[in-house]
Amino acid sequence: MLAVHALRSNRQQAPTSSPQQTDVGRVCMDDRRPTTFPDVRPSLPLHRNRSEPPAVRLSPRAVSWLQVSPLALILLLFFILPTALFVVVSFFDYDRTGIYPAFIFDNYRDLLASPATLRLYASTLKFAVIVWTITLFLGFNIAYFLIFHVRSGAIRVVLFLLCVVPFLTSAIIRTIAWIPFLGRNGAFNQALIGLQLTSRPLDFLLFSDFAVIVAYVHLYTVLMIGPIANSLAKIDPSLLEAARDAGASRWQTMINVVIPLSKTGIALGSILVVTQVMGDYFVVRQMSGGQSASIVSALSTEIQAMQYPPAAANAMVLVVVVAIMVTFMMRVVDVRKELVK
Amino acid sequence: MAISSTGTSAGDERPWTYYALGTLFGAFLVFLYGPMLVIYILSFQGPEGGVTFPMLGASISWFVNIFEPGQMANIPVSFSRSIALATVVSLVTVAISVAAGLAFRRPFPGSSVVFYAAVASLVMPSLLVGFGIGLGFKFLGLEPSLFTSALAAQLTWTLPFGLFAMFAVVNRFDRSWEEAASDLGASSWQRLRYVTLPILLPGIMGVAVTAFTLSYDEYARTTLTIGSKNTLPLEIYALISSATSPTLFAIGTLTTAVSFLLIAVTLLLVFRTQHRRGLMRAG
Repeated sequence: MLAVHALRSNRQQAPTSSPQQTDVGRVCMDDRRPTTFPDVRPSLPLHRNRSEPPAVRLSPRAVSWLQVSPLALILLLFFILPTALFVVVSFFDYDRTGIYPAFIFDNYRDLLASPATLRLYASTLKFAVIVWTITLFLGFNIAYFLIFHVRSGAIRVVLFLLCVVPFLTSAIIRTIAWIPFLGRNGAFNQALIGLQLTSRPLDFLLFSDFAVIVAYVHLYTVLMIGPIANSLAKIDPSLLEAARDAGASRWQTMINVVIPLSKTGIALGSILVVTQVMGDYFVVRQMSGGQSASIVSALSTEIQAMQYPPAAANAMVLVVVVAIMVTFMMRVVDVRKELVK
Repeated sequence: MAISSTGTSAGDERPWTYYALGTLFGAFLVFLYGPMLVIYILSFQGPEGGVTFPMLGASISWFVNIFEPGQMANIPVSFSRSIALATVVSLVTVAISVAAGLAFRRPFPGSSVVFYAAVASLVMPSLLVGFGIGLGFKFLGLEPSLFTSALAAQLTWTLPFGLFAMFAVVNRFDRSWEEAASDLGASSWQRLRYVTLPILLPGIMGVAVTAFTLSYDEYARTTLTIGSKNTLPLEIYALISSATSPTLFAIGTLTTAVSFLLIAVTLLLVFRTQHRRGLMRAG
């Protein structure tokens, strides 16, 4: 009935080019008036002819191309071409006054020969691995709780929204929100002292690796919860029952049934979390108090100094590293098949 | 929400894992909202108070401070820029990703290329996207600005999100509604206008609000593509190092309130639409 109702509620705006048309519209769209299908049938060819003459009727393939072309165009112009551009620029020469078209490998050689590069990659990868582990643990367990333990659909939606809504607010504000919380005189230290758990405020809480990780987990756990919950929701509960009937323990069911069936969500969530951490430059700068840098924060310093060719070379290396990581994670699962069906 | 009911039958005993995971979930919510609550409270700090507890009285003086001339002078104008940009981003994202979502219902040559380009655009380090576009504008001798380079940079972020959200929306769409419409004599345009889009409407509203808030809070892709006139997140970013008063928290409270309000209104509309449909189906 839904389609018919949708039709009816929009009846007033329906195109009424010929009286015949209007009549047909009323007959088929107003379900208060008794109607039968044969009344509608005869007008079918007329209908089609008016808005879509058979001569220009597009094939389904052409319709799809037409529908996807704006997206393709924007991705081409503002993602693929700019990326190609910094590939080109990464081979350019530069000095203090400008950049010069060239084809030199100096930018890459300088970058790859520098011990600082290795340190930056080691530091950023360390954050990525730690944050990935924590968000995977939290994300999987929270998604599992929402899908398998919360029985009411309405409550599940509300709890899920509670997790998602902060993601739609400012990441900058959510990051600096930790400062008055974790600071030396912050709420957390005051609470610890108030509860007499510590006599002196803890210093490692803010402007440290710890603070960076806390902020990352705070920002990105939802990127794990969403895809995993989506995967878990597709698991037929009777499979779990079957596992139980066959004598599997809760743990065995988890390892042999639930986790394999949710690996799509795990892979998708992992891709999102890891790439976010790899691309961050704000959180690491802000929460480490300037003590730690990330690949991108170093890169942004180069951009600010207008050293575009080395920045572009740096960007290229990062893109390759991220692409390898993503490809590796996508091997686990056919992401496209899962998303598009 | 792609989450369907899979709970076990009501009435049987809760296993211990229920309580363990329930506690974990509760702790996560405290972790998620706790620090944000702290800055909301601190933004009402008394005029003599500082950036941490204790609260020395309560006042709205830090909010008033935002609208006074001085250091914060750029906040209101950058706010209106952000709203304007987010509105455009949201409309464009809805139009393009709904069309693309419908396109992907059929197999077509080149679909994988578009799909993987969208994935790559989503996982590409954000600053690099802005860097590429900024370089491109420089090479072409164009001045970066709000509705050219910044809009483009943000679309490379919101469009993949919109597309993947549309996959979820379209996957749950029952095509028999469309067949019924065709059988009743609807042209393909009528079918789209009066059947497909109205049924997809709640999902489309979700895409709209997501695109709006993603744009409204975006900074990494915008920073190198905005030119000289900052959006609100970039203005806040610039203030972090210099502002040491609770004014920064007041700004945070206000900008978050805008996001919350928008999300709440959208959810209300979605639930109303679905509720009405439920009634119609029952009636």
